[in-house]
Amino acid sequence: MTQTAMTSSTTSSTRAPRALVLRSAGTNCDFEAARAFELAGARAERVHTNRLAERPELLRDCHVLFLPGGFSHGDSIAAGRIMGAELRHRLGDLLHEFVHDGGFVVGVCNGFQVLVDLGLLEGPGRAAHERRVALAGNRSGRFECRWVHLRNEASAATWLPSGAVWPVPVAHAEGRLAFAPGAIEEFEANRQIALRYVDADGRDLPEGDAGYPSCPNGAARNVAGLCDPSGRVLGLMPHPERNLDPWNHPNWTRLGERTTGEGLAFFEGLVAAARV
Amino acid sequence: MTSARPVPTRLPLPAAWRVEVFLRPDEFDPEGARLEHGARELGVAALRSARRGRGYLLSPAYSRIEVESIAREFLADPVVDTWRLYAPSESPPAPGPGTRRVLAAVLPGVMDPEARSVERLLVRVERTPSDGEPRVGTFRVFELEGELGDDDVATVGRKLVANETIEALVTDGEGLPYGVPAGESRRGAVTVPLREASPEQLVELSRDGQLSLDRTEMLAVQAHYRALEREPTLAELETIAQTWSEHCKHKTLTGIVEFEGERIDNLLKSTIKAATDRLAKPWCWSVFVDNAGIVEFEGDVGVCFKVETHNHPSAIDPYGGAGTGIGGVVRDILGAGLGARPVANTDAFFVGPLDLPDDELPKGAMHPRRILRGVVAGVRDYGNRMGIPTVNGGVWFHEGYVGNPLVYAGTVGVMRREHVAKEVRPGDLIVAVGGRTGRDGIHGATFSSIELSEHSETLSSHAVQIGDPVTEKQVLDCMLEARDRGLYRAVTDCGAGGFSSAVGEMGEKTGAEVHLESVPLKYPGLASHEIWISEAQERMVLAVPRERVEELLALFASEDVEAVVIGTFTDSKRLELYDRGELVGSLDMEFLHDGTPRPVRKAVWERPDLPDPGCPPSADPGADLLAILGRPNVQSREWIVRQYDHEVQGRSVVKPLVGVRGDGPSDGAIVRPVDTSTRGLAITCGANPEYGDLDPYAMATWAIDEALRNAVAVGADPTHAAILDNFSWGNCNLPDRLGSLVLAAKACHDAALAYGTPFVSGKDSLNNEYRVGDRTLAIPPTLLISSIAPVPDVRNAVTMDLKAAGNAIYLVGTTDGRLGGSQYHGLRGVRGGTVPGADLERAPALMAALHRALARGLARSCHDLSEGGLAVALAESCFAGGVGAEIAVAPVEVTTGDGFAAALFAESPTRWIVEVEERNRSAFESALEGMPLALLGRTTDEPRLRVKDGSGALRVDVELDALRAAHHGRFEG
Repeated sequence: MTQTAMTSSTTSSTRAPRALVLRSAGTNCDFEAARAFELAGARAERVHTNRLAERPELLRDCHVLFLPGGFSHGDSIAAGRIMGAELRHRLGDLLHEFVHDGGFVVGVCNGFQVLVDLGLLEGPGRAAHERRVALAGNRSGRFECRWVHLRNEASAATWLPSGAVWPVPVAHAEGRLAFAPGAIEEFEANRQIALRYVDADGRDLPEGDAGYPSCPNGAARNVAGLCDPSGRVLGLMPHPERNLDPWNHPNWTRLGERTTGEGLAFFEGLVAAARV
Repeated sequence: MTSARPVPTRLPLPAAWRVEVFLRPDEFDPEGARLEHGARELGVAALRSARRGRGYLLSPAYSRIEVESIAREFLADPVVDTWRLYAPSESPPAPGPGTRRVLAAVLPGVMDPEARSVERLLVRVERTPSDGEPRVGTFRVFELEGELGDDDVATVGRKLVANETIEALVTDGEGLPYGVPAGESRRGAVTVPLREASPEQLVELSRDGQLSLDRTEMLAVQAHYRALEREPTLAELETIAQTWSEHCKHKTLTGIVEFEGERIDNLLKSTIKAATDRLAKPWCWSVFVDNAGIVEFEGDVGVCFKVETHNHPSAIDPYGGAGTGIGGVVRDILGAGLGARPVANTDAFFVGPLDLPDDELPKGAMHPRRILRGVVAGVRDYGNRMGIPTVNGGVWFHEGYVGNPLVYAGTVGVMRREHVAKEVRPGDLIVAVGGRTGRDGIHGATFSSIELSEHSETLSSHAVQIGDPVTEKQVLDCMLEARDRGLYRAVTDCGAGGFSSAVGEMGEKTGAEVHLESVPLKYPGLASHEIWISEAQERMVLAVPRERVEELLALFASEDVEAVVIGTFTDSKRLELYDRGELVGSLDMEFLHDGTPRPVRKAVWERPDLPDPGCPPSADPGADLLAILGRPNVQSREWIVRQYDHEVQGRSVVKPLVGVRGDGPSDGAIVRPVDTSTRGLAITCGANPEYGDLDPYAMATWAIDEALRNAVAVGADPTHAAILDNFSWGNCNLPDRLGSLVLAAKACHDAALAYGTPFVSGKDSLNNEYRVGDRTLAIPPTLLISSIAPVPDVRNAVTMDLKAAGNAIYLVGTTDGRLGGSQYHGLRGVRGGTVPGADLERAPALMAALHRALARGLARSCHDLSEGGLAVALAESCFAGGVGAEIAVAPVEVTTGDGFAAALFAESPTRWIVEVEERNRSAFESALEGMPLALLGRTTDEPRLRVKDGSGALRVDVELDALRAAHHGRFEG
């Protein structure tokens, strides 16, 4: 690395980190995601996948690549499948390199579905059909829009303070984490289980139908979010960017004075980690 | 071996690779389970299990290796799926014993957005076959296990799997439609000999051509062409039919009506618009002139609101009809001014009883269960995919909607004041953006203006539209960017009538020249006039200054959205249509827009001759309360609300469901349209189909009051509310239907003036009758009122769930003994009496006073009283908050019967229950000084609702869990 490059990277790390909010046909949580980053102290830019494909160097200037929720390409085939396939084809190893070089990639809801399809959670060198984790249709067979509680697990994503329990909404039809035989044990061993659905007091839920609706989709072991072994790639089904304000919580009229929504801490942790 | 197997359809095996993807056998299959449940409802007991597969057809030009890698990499999930591959024209192996296969695929020419997505993917990732065209089709397959007879399979196929109006249904996997419709070009001018036709022949021509023009109108057209000394072209005639349709022109509401000796010239203008004009609110920015009403929200930020009906398409194809209903009203918002950003959707459905016995279903109609599930799924899939939260709405049940369900969809948008005005200048280019044009939706405008019949399904199948929300979302993204860059001067949506209406409206004052060959088509074979009137979805028309067109086209192209110049606005005051250089139509704008004859219609109304049942006695008011909580028009809508994303955009302040368990039905929704402001917008509605037949005037004032009292209940300012009217009526050529419409419109006028609440937009659907043989079924007169009202500070928003024990419970408003159309009457099986219309003298001041009290933070909860009255409202507040209540209620005066039951269950409007903390009681009471206010009792720790009567006797004593369970209902969506 040249002296100039080092200087510039040092300078940029003391400034507000840059988040690139990637949007595509059918993305629809990009504005609130950008707002979340701004509130958390980052600079955020919404960028269309076509622009990123034309100018992959945009990645070089950013610290966080954020894949927001929505229905990219209408959830055709399966949620996230087409955008995942497209990014694999158009950006290929650049995303793995970005992570390797210290970049963060975070996906929420449809963004998580894209991340899973991209294979970023399982690391490089794996073909699409060798994927060992999937987001399948909810057990209820329906789209589910409701509030749940998450617990940050002790994971490689140390920027999420472990043990914290927080409320957040979900809104998805395909959010049930499913693993190939033996895979979940590997994810556990590698500290890749980042977030779990729990009850309001932070206690574990029973698995399967008995955990519904606190676990809205029937995910294996009630897992809500996964990270890669580095902790810099993370995906989750719930939407922290929909709980930024004191009035988002479904029962805020029953609670005392509040200054922010609990989802903001997620972005603050992410931005703080990306700043280092 | 069954010999006489009635295979519903036998199609040739597709000359395409066929991939079928199923969940692995050990994976739970929710779609299969849903089908099993539906089969049980239909009485198909033999079905043991069902598995659903997703099917894909791919070009035969692919090699087997290529298709295998596409299936493995893109079509199937490596963890949960399994897949099979069949070669082109290869018969799938006969299913095992006891297994039947039911397949459904859209008919050629019907939109298949998923197939187009897969094609675009395969092109993008460079996985095309040798000829470059992936040629993808999709289908669904269900494999059914059980000793099923052929009738069983046909029933499941027809009622649960396929909608044969738009899909081919095949059993046991023989063949599937594949490819685009074949068709030779039928372009060019076609003349229609009209000048010499007799009046009878004109009527016949209109009917056969589905023009929906009546005799007078056809004669006016004939006279016009006689004067021109030429015959019309087909494109001209179709343009006239679209423009003059009831759907576009609102001929009934704007026509001349004779009612009880009064001659009303333009009912809409003399009632609803007259009230808005007289109110002349300075905060109304644009009313009744654009695609939506636009009002000030805060500073130079405005909000616009529109609610559309999409009744007839939803009767034929509930899923597609409701979805495109949402898609259409979102385009209204994109086409209001220079376009607004949608921030909320609403929906309202009026359907037949879900427990309707199958043998009472009119011939040709779909069962209300299927209709409701279909429309909910349609709104869900379109609204969710647009990224617009669906935050408010309602469902009402009534046997009058069995043949003719009503589907309303609404959208709220946000825009700056500078984007309200639009203009078209001669020389501006006409640019079409968004979806391609096909034969879909042809004659939608005229179809929606006629009555449905047992044959509608087959006759009008092409009037059905299938939506592609992602295309519309892409249009939204690009259009709002183009708006902010100032790249166009005017915009409107392609709705009913397609280009003919959009370009016709935009060029009304200037003139327009259109070249139809520039329009991108989905498939070949469309005639010139079909391109012109197609109602293909997801299209908008822009007026673009020449010097900005390059930038505009580049912007849309940069996000893969088609945008093409299809013509020019001129100064000719004519609409001139060319196709491949040939003139196919030339119309005078003035004749097109102002040439509609205005017939005089007679209207009468007679109060139905029913004895007044008074208030039949209630032996056990607690049991009656539980029964009413479970009545269809009262019970929980949670199964619907949870399927709608009501949180997207992160603006929600008060949600459609509130309370500790999220099961309390909120009176309205509040969103925060501006991120940096604490000002909110309440979105509410009001309607009651039980009242219209008894008293349309009272029904209308009650519905307006309901929309406003809901707004007040959540903390909105009723003095700055704006409302919309949506009339759905029977055939208004019949004097009695028109008479009740006149009364409802007069009520709208009177109530708007009384409350100081302007109507800012509206929509009517006036031919909701269903014909079976000689019998017609008319819907009950149905007025939906939708309201938007500002919440000065969202920190003072109020929800309906009781908050804590030990608080005072007040009843605000006056209860009286009018029980006509009430849920209590319904429960007792009686009908008649007086409908509780609103007290227009007193209600507005009461609303304003309660709002002031709520805005000061004096209430912990507030809930409006509507269907089921006081008892239902308090029960809902109790179980939503997990807090009990003990109240005492004095009887009210009734004509005959039980005054205590009337006090509990009467639906008198302008009433709320309000929970107030002890420390705020005196402030609350003085804020409502001089208003009808009664202290009913207290909230309690004990989870029970207790009601004493005037003598102090305990008459209701029910556990909250029982209330919650009764309200929850049993219907599984």
